[in-house]
Amino acid sequence: MVKRIFIGLFVLAALAGLGVFALAWRPALPPIDPPVASSFPADLVAKGEQLAGAGYCATCHTARDGQAYAGGFGLESGFGTIYSTNITPDPDTGIGRWSEAAFARAMHEGVARDGAQLLPAFPYTHFTKVSDDDLKALYAYFMTRPPVKAEARQNTLPFPLSIRALQAGWKLLFFDFDKGVYQAQAGKSEEWNRGAYLAEGLGHCSACHTPRNSLGGERSDAAYAGAPIEGWLAPALTAANPAPMPWTQDDLYDYLRSGVSIHHGVAAGSMSEVVHGLAKLPDSDVRAIAVYFADRNGSAVQAVNADQALARAMALAQRDPGVEPEHGAQLYLSACASCHYNGGTAPLPARPELALSSTVNGPDPGSFIHIVVGGIGQKDGMPGAYMPGFGMALSDADIAALAAYLRGSRTTQPPWNDLPAAVAGVRKPSPAAP
Amino acid sequence: MTTFNLNGRPLTVDAADDTPLLWVIRDLAGMKGTKFGCGIGMCGACTVHLNGRAVRSCITPLGAVADAAITTIEGLDPQGQHPLQKAWIETQTPQCGYCQSGQIMQAATLIKDYPNPTDADIDAVMNGNLCRCMAYVRIRKAIKLAAEEMRGAAIHE
Repeated sequence: MVKRIFIGLFVLAALAGLGVFALAWRPALPPIDPPVASSFPADLVAKGEQLAGAGYCATCHTARDGQAYAGGFGLESGFGTIYSTNITPDPDTGIGRWSEAAFARAMHEGVARDGAQLLPAFPYTHFTKVSDDDLKALYAYFMTRPPVKAEARQNTLPFPLSIRALQAGWKLLFFDFDKGVYQAQAGKSEEWNRGAYLAEGLGHCSACHTPRNSLGGERSDAAYAGAPIEGWLAPALTAANPAPMPWTQDDLYDYLRSGVSIHHGVAAGSMSEVVHGLAKLPDSDVRAIAVYFADRNGSAVQAVNADQALARAMALAQRDPGVEPEHGAQLYLSACASCHYNGGTAPLPARPELALSSTVNGPDPGSFIHIVVGGIGQKDGMPGAYMPGFGMALSDADIAALAAYLRGSRTTQPPWNDLPAAVAGVRKPSPAAP
Repeated sequence: MTTFNLNGRPLTVDAADDTPLLWVIRDLAGMKGTKFGCGIGMCGACTVHLNGRAVRSCITPLGAVADAAITTIEGLDPQGQHPLQKAWIETQTPQCGYCQSGQIMQAATLIKDYPNPTDADIDAVMNGNLCRCMAYVRIRKAIKLAAEEMRGAAIHE
């Protein structure tokens, strides 16, 4: 009897294994001879360049100080570090032997040319929405980049996550029901649908701005609710965003187009890469993305009270730190006020107002601490503006005191929790570096 | 190798990216008007302009200023006759003088943002520029005097 149970279990396990294999198995697509660059029409390549910007492909597929699109950038996934691959047309280490069909299958289904399952760190769950025409242009763009010989680095995913076939199960849970090219939503304008197509597809905005479940799938019940990403906070893109001023269509447009919204702050961290990528797109496309998110966040309703919100924030901005200021206030006066002080009833464009800042008002201090420690480069945020990092100047306790002071004096939000631990977390060197 | 513009002239420097801009200005470019005070961005003595706005050069690494336009006290006005410099002399503002180049560079950004600065504006924006001689009353007076001249000049332009 016991023997029979064992045999039964064994057969079941074997069948389950076969099932996973059958589910996961995808044929290898035949390798091709790398096409010559001149075989792609120049206008198609130019269109592909724009689209590669819209997807900020270079952000993940280029290592720090590495050659463009040669991979090697380490993404800390929470499960382990995943290194991006070489998507230059090098025949041996890149995608030079990938046919257009193989490229399209990778983008739409998350399967490599050799049939291997790709990890969802590569956001094929979004790229599945990209139209065939746009894929054609992207293919033309990447196949005409200078080929770079660069082997992919080994991921640090632990067993059993390292078994690629198991990705088929993940897809069954989080992808297969949502597969397919973007379909325009009826009852919405053409502009809105264009914005949705870019944001949900190539832009993969929700990959950072939507929290993920324990298996790393985007939580459809919390779309755009905001999420931590590599120690920063990708803020909520819904009405729940705690910024004092509504993220209106114009504010979203300014922010995405120039990297700064005077009513919210500047793009920093990986969001500055997004702004650099979107720079390739025409104004109309950036406007369309703004239209889409302004509709999603319902800012038109809040905009009615924007004047009062501004007045309230500016009153907080000018709060007197007192005759004998606390330590955080003293630091603010010494290190921050020279650039961040605003005297009037509205902030000056060159003086980012901390009382209005989405970062200072956000639910998590990660982005604030990152900016204090590392500063804002000339190429981040407001074009040409610069903030030095205070990482070498301020102690962990100083930064925590400064954060607590600004949170308490410049916002009406609850205090941030456990600031010392948050500061220490940001200070910790990244395992994926460089 | 980093190239940036210093007082209107391109300058290429062969130094590590994390070299403080202040060291580059004083030791490599040989311009001693900008002073070292605290080295942690808390006293303002090292203030210069980056793309036209005040920034503490002691905590600004060389690698961060690639292609930027840096202006020091030597480049604020070709003849040293910026309204702030004139006002500084007229009001006999400095005592020991160590902090004054930083004070003046910060004040130039203040007046750009607030052409008619109130006491509160001056106190807040200039708070990060320490003066060990306690010349704050004269600094405030000089800033107002310079702002007045600059407003007048703007009207007559």
